[in-house]
Amino acid sequence: MSTMNENEKHILEEEKATDKTIFGFWVYLMTDLLMFGALFAAYIVLRGNTFGGPTSEALFDLNNALAETLILLTSSFTCGLALLAVHRGKKGAATAWFSGTFALGVAFLAFELTEFSTLIATGNGPQANAFLSSFFTLVGTHGLHITLGLVWLLVGIVHIWVRGLTPSITSKLSRFALFWHFLDVVWIFIFTIVYLMGVAI
Amino acid sequence: MKTFLLGNLNWDALPHEWFTVGGSVAVTLMGIAVVAFLTYTKRWKWLWNEWLTTTDPKKIGVMYILAATLMFIRGGLDAIMIWLQQALASGNAPGYLGAAHGYLNADHFQQIFTAHGDIMVFFVTMGFFFGLMNLIVPLQIGARDLAFPFLNSLGFWLYAAGAILINLFFMVGGQFAAAGWLAIPPLAEATYNPGVGMDYWVWSLQVSGLGSLLGGLNFLVTIIKMRAPGMTLMKMPLFVWTSLCSMVLVLSAFPILTVTIALIWLDRFFGLHFFTSSFGGNPMMYVNLIWMWGHPEVYILVIPAFGIFSEVIATFSHKRVFGYASLVGAAIGVTFISMLVWLHHFFTMGAGADVNAVFGISTMLIGVPTAVQLFNWILTMFRGKISWNLPMYWVMGFFATFTFGGMAGMLLATPAADFSLHNTLFLVAHFHTMIVGGALFGIFAGITYWFPKVTGFKLNERLGKISFWLWLVGFFMSFTPLYILGALGATRRLDHYDFSGWQPLFITALVGGIVIAIGFLVQIWQVVVSFKERKANLDTTGDPWNGRTLEWSTPSPAPFYSFPATPVVHSRDAWWEMKKEGKQPQKYEDITLAKNTGVPIYISAFAFVFGFAMVWHVIWLAVASALGIIACVIARSFAENTEYVLTAAEVEKLELARKRA
Repeated sequence: MSTMNENEKHILEEEKATDKTIFGFWVYLMTDLLMFGALFAAYIVLRGNTFGGPTSEALFDLNNALAETLILLTSSFTCGLALLAVHRGKKGAATAWFSGTFALGVAFLAFELTEFSTLIATGNGPQANAFLSSFFTLVGTHGLHITLGLVWLLVGIVHIWVRGLTPSITSKLSRFALFWHFLDVVWIFIFTIVYLMGVAI
Repeated sequence: MKTFLLGNLNWDALPHEWFTVGGSVAVTLMGIAVVAFLTYTKRWKWLWNEWLTTTDPKKIGVMYILAATLMFIRGGLDAIMIWLQQALASGNAPGYLGAAHGYLNADHFQQIFTAHGDIMVFFVTMGFFFGLMNLIVPLQIGARDLAFPFLNSLGFWLYAAGAILINLFFMVGGQFAAAGWLAIPPLAEATYNPGVGMDYWVWSLQVSGLGSLLGGLNFLVTIIKMRAPGMTLMKMPLFVWTSLCSMVLVLSAFPILTVTIALIWLDRFFGLHFFTSSFGGNPMMYVNLIWMWGHPEVYILVIPAFGIFSEVIATFSHKRVFGYASLVGAAIGVTFISMLVWLHHFFTMGAGADVNAVFGISTMLIGVPTAVQLFNWILTMFRGKISWNLPMYWVMGFFATFTFGGMAGMLLATPAADFSLHNTLFLVAHFHTMIVGGALFGIFAGITYWFPKVTGFKLNERLGKISFWLWLVGFFMSFTPLYILGALGATRRLDHYDFSGWQPLFITALVGGIVIAIGFLVQIWQVVVSFKERKANLDTTGDPWNGRTLEWSTPSPAPFYSFPATPVVHSRDAWWEMKKEGKQPQKYEDITLAKNTGVPIYISAFAFVFGFAMVWHVIWLAVASALGIIACVIARSFAENTEYVLTAAEVEKLELARKRA
């Protein structure tokens, strides 16, 4: 230990701090997962309660949901490439891949909002019945997370250029990537439980 | 335009009933007095720099405990009002102050018991425990701060914002929620509870709940990642273990509360149909969701107290705690089982005999680890050389009440018996026995035990013992009648009862309540007297009780850097061993500490305004404050140099100065 110079010591401390923060972020993700768990439970309890209105089979468009899924999965892929660039210290490539992620996120939101507005326009808004209340809340909460993620992503890109790829910025970007992949995982469940099972079962 | 600017706010929102006017005037006068005092003594800057913006857990802990004490007075006044109403409102007795029975009308009575429950659970017990954990957990694990000092400060300020929001109805709105502390729908829906009281409930709990979640995350990461070198999990002090268990429960349960409150808010604000009685809504789903949080919550309140009892008993018996591993196992067991029992709160819902049987048995199972702990504590005392100091009195009080309440709990856990006891005063008596006898007595034991560590002087024992006996006698006097009344069929939350034969029991309960109130006043007096006589009770060693764990290895009060040198741990009772083997050499090192920050206060202020705006439907203000929060977070993300380094030389200088003084 005594042979360690000041610089090495500093790097070690930064690593320790990063380790703590990443672990803390995982814990946060688990609490968020529980929130989604409760929303999924509510949706599963209420999804048959259409109060005489149209059922999920009549309302959901699988093509739309598939497009959303592909967009989001691709955005996760670009996000992964961006993080690789971050770890290689390539600011330009990281920015490019993160911008791609941002664009895909916006496209995903556009699809989602189109679906929501179509439903509302045809009288199937969240106030129509308990099934639709729980549908809009579950999918909307995911959409809200995506929106906040996009804000974070913009800030992250600014961070890269204002502060450079310092250990603390790299840690922030790694946490963003975790968040983004996490939303992907939640979406897979939404795609399966809400859309696939809603239409097929 | 007016609706746009002010939402539903209008002149009627200002106080115009005796209790809201009284409350507002009292709060305003207190506020003016505080402001005047601070200005006169020129302490604003000191307050801001030393306390409000601090990230030091030793100070945040003190702020938690002060805030919780204020809220305790507030919730206690509610309790006395409830007891008084029930003592008066019997049979055909005449009403006072314009009420048909007693002195409160039914609606006002409902608001009072709702506020009492919410304040005592969310702002008193939670506040005290987060305070004690802030003060003690870092010291016990040999850490100088929590993992995320910024989030710790933010958690406290969100708690404070919630506490102000829940009291704000006195000044603006004039009514609180009248749907019980858990706001069960459809009663809590806009159809039946259209007023702003319910919305105050929603936003004060949502804001403070977020604070609890941040606290839970912070302590979990701190305990897992920041222990002193050598302190393996099975060498952690038991208060750290039980705090860890409690925080795991916070992290598992509070997300569900956040969702549940959000859903009932969506119902109320946007007219959705999660829990409405029409359009396919399912009110019973709310009951399931809220108790999936609610049952773990009572264990969040009581598990840390178990840890305090373990510490106190081992210290004052001057023995190693008996069966350390089984105490850890029991705490973990209680943690897990407590997540699997929520349905026992509504056996009468009609889930069926098989479901009720499963939950009845799982509930009774909790008695096993709890009994293990009790026997371990007794065996720790067995053949110990017990010093009967004040904290031990609270432990004994806990043994008596908790065992009593636990037995009543076993009865309630039997579905067949529960059908006749459900929603009666028997249940009210049971959970007060657990929360007062378990959590609150634990808090009192903890505060008296660790008081010298925080302030540098011990509390007056004589006054403390007087208050203990007042509390204990008052407690049994006020709650034993409720057990009897409940068994006789008196339901909870009665603002009036026809059968005047119950009145003597209700009067006994009121008298017991007054005895408790006197006990509390004696406690306040005890602190005042102890402060005045502090020179006689100074703790100069940092280890007034001959303690066993690391917090006693630092001076009292601990310096802002907590430990001049990082302790190295070799065994369970680390400090006990260091004392036996002679102190460790003091090798000073550079210490990194977090700087003060005002951002948590700004964020919480925005959260407070956001909650207020949502209550009154002032949409522009809500949007503006939400953007304010986001702006604060983004600004903070650019902050550099949030820490500073205290060099080894500086530490040495400070230590020398301290030893000379």
